[in-house]
Amino acid sequence: MTDSWRRPIRIGLIAFGVFTIIFLIGPSLVIVPMGFSAGSILEFPPRGFSLQWYQKMVTDPAWTSGFINSFEVAVATAICASILGTMAALGLTRGKFPLKSVANAFILSPLVVPAVVIAIGMFSLFVRWKITGSIVGLTLAHTALAVPYVVVSVSTSLRSMDRNLEMAAANLGANPVRTFRHVTLPLIMPGVFAGAVFAFLSSWDEVVVAIFLTTTKFRTLPTVMWEQVRQVIDPTVAAVATVLLATTTIVLTLALVVRRQAPVR
Amino acid sequence: MTGQTSGRTASGKSGGKPALVLRGLEKMFGDVAAVAGVDLEVPEGEFLTLLGPSGSGKTTTLRMIAGFTVQSAGTIEIDGVDVTKVPPHKRDVGMVFQNYALFPHMTAAENIAFPLQMRKLGKTETRQKTADALKLVKLEAYGPRYPRQMSGGQQQRIALARAVVFQPRLLLMDEPLGALDKKLREALQLEIMHISRQLGATVIYVTHDQEEALVMSDRIAIFHDGKIEQLGSGEDLYERPSSLFVADFIGESNILHGTLDGGAVRSDLGTWRIGDAPAARAALAAKSAAAVVVRPERLRIIAATGDVPAGVNSVPAKVTDVLYLGSTRKYELKLANGQGASVRHQLGGGEQEWRQGDDVRLAWDVESGVLVAGRGV
Repeated sequence: MTDSWRRPIRIGLIAFGVFTIIFLIGPSLVIVPMGFSAGSILEFPPRGFSLQWYQKMVTDPAWTSGFINSFEVAVATAICASILGTMAALGLTRGKFPLKSVANAFILSPLVVPAVVIAIGMFSLFVRWKITGSIVGLTLAHTALAVPYVVVSVSTSLRSMDRNLEMAAANLGANPVRTFRHVTLPLIMPGVFAGAVFAFLSSWDEVVVAIFLTTTKFRTLPTVMWEQVRQVIDPTVAAVATVLLATTTIVLTLALVVRRQAPVR
Repeated sequence: MTGQTSGRTASGKSGGKPALVLRGLEKMFGDVAAVAGVDLEVPEGEFLTLLGPSGSGKTTTLRMIAGFTVQSAGTIEIDGVDVTKVPPHKRDVGMVFQNYALFPHMTAAENIAFPLQMRKLGKTETRQKTADALKLVKLEAYGPRYPRQMSGGQQQRIALARAVVFQPRLLLMDEPLGALDKKLREALQLEIMHISRQLGATVIYVTHDQEEALVMSDRIAIFHDGKIEQLGSGEDLYERPSSLFVADFIGESNILHGTLDGGAVRSDLGTWRIGDAPAARAALAAKSAAAVVVRPERLRIIAATGDVPAGVNSVPAKVTDVLYLGSTRKYELKLANGQGASVRHQLGGGEQEWRQGDDVRLAWDVESGVLVAGRGV
């Protein structure tokens, strides 16, 4: 068992892997130093080092309100999508009704329908309902987009759960509601939580629908960035992007840690 | 054990109404009848086993009693109350699952307390009853443990404690020992028997292990093709099987096929008289296919020549193998038509020993042969 022929293949594979990683995350990481630039235009490599753009980010009302709006919409979306998505997943995995596969396709359709199509449709409808440029409107839209993530995640949990546990609960005297509350829900909670995290993140950096549904008075962070890149091009965008990146990374890491510690048999 | 067994059954019967009555119970899955008309009465305090090969309908029957599966036809009565349309959570029966089905996010004590909480018992009472149940299964110290921190045998004992802690009207067990190794299984068989006896519980136990059924049960219902083929004590089933299927399924048997002719079964191999089995004989038309069933320990080997004693049937055979099994010696033989047969002899009786290749005759007392309907009936 000499490794003479294996070594070159191994080295080649490692090199390929490293290259892929750089290709995937390189563009995201390039943005980080650009936010610390001492110069006044967005450029790479950055000139000097300063925190002035971070300072602008936390003081300029356009950015701060964008942060707050984005956060509020993302949290509201995560909550709404988790509730609706969990209910939908229950129906789709446990229920028996006609046209179930059609219902499934409809619920998951936001994953495949082009975002711009959804955006235009919602825009026309929400204008009539007068809920463009509001937390309610954008939350509704983002919830529709985020429900599939929760459905997929919770369905997986439900399918991997032992059905005998629910039968045991019923046998021991728990009605369907209490069975769900005391047995099913605690056991699928990791799936619900993971779905909620994805829902939060999908709303947090959603830009296409947000461009249509926000107004000058109500902007989310990604739409502010889009505006700024088109008009100003100062490194604040890079600073904000770095914060977005950090948020996403932290939330996902947190989700992974929680998932690992969840009591799964 | 026999004495105790009959005592329990008798006291149950004197108590009045049976604990469980099934009438014409059926379950169709599409066009297939998983359960095709089961009638059963179980007196209070009885340990009844549903025994049969997989797909014979025993588990489906159990699930219908628990309410997990809705019957296609028939009724279920528990303690004289028709529960046919009652949802599972209101049936008040305990169930032990093969894979334990303990709630993984709750400790052993929380699992046991669950049915009590669902019944809204007070905190003190719940704690007391949980402690009693843990003591009953000899796992007092395991209350704070999670299921994954316990062995399979311990988990199943917790599951048993959880199933009896609320004093259900019936205790259902679905192959509860199927996932455990042989030694543990035997130990738990005894424990389950003791606990159910101690509680005076009526138990419906499903298994495909005939030894387990014989050891544990007051009565056994043999399932075959969605029906109860025969219902009786282990001894009934072993000594007086009512069909070829039961004779074949329970224990080893030698089955001699032929045609019924008056008080005898005739075939090319010989004519064998049958004992007093008026019921079996009445059910069979004259000249119909019939078979004589003889258990290996009821057969004797005698010399190929010489007189056959009165009241004894015989059939010529050749010894093909002699197996020494410790307390018994087993002879494998071949009949003239190629059919195999086996004989089991208790050692130490000073019987004659036979060797491979000997031409002999198999003999049995007329009374130890059981008449059943033959193939194709």
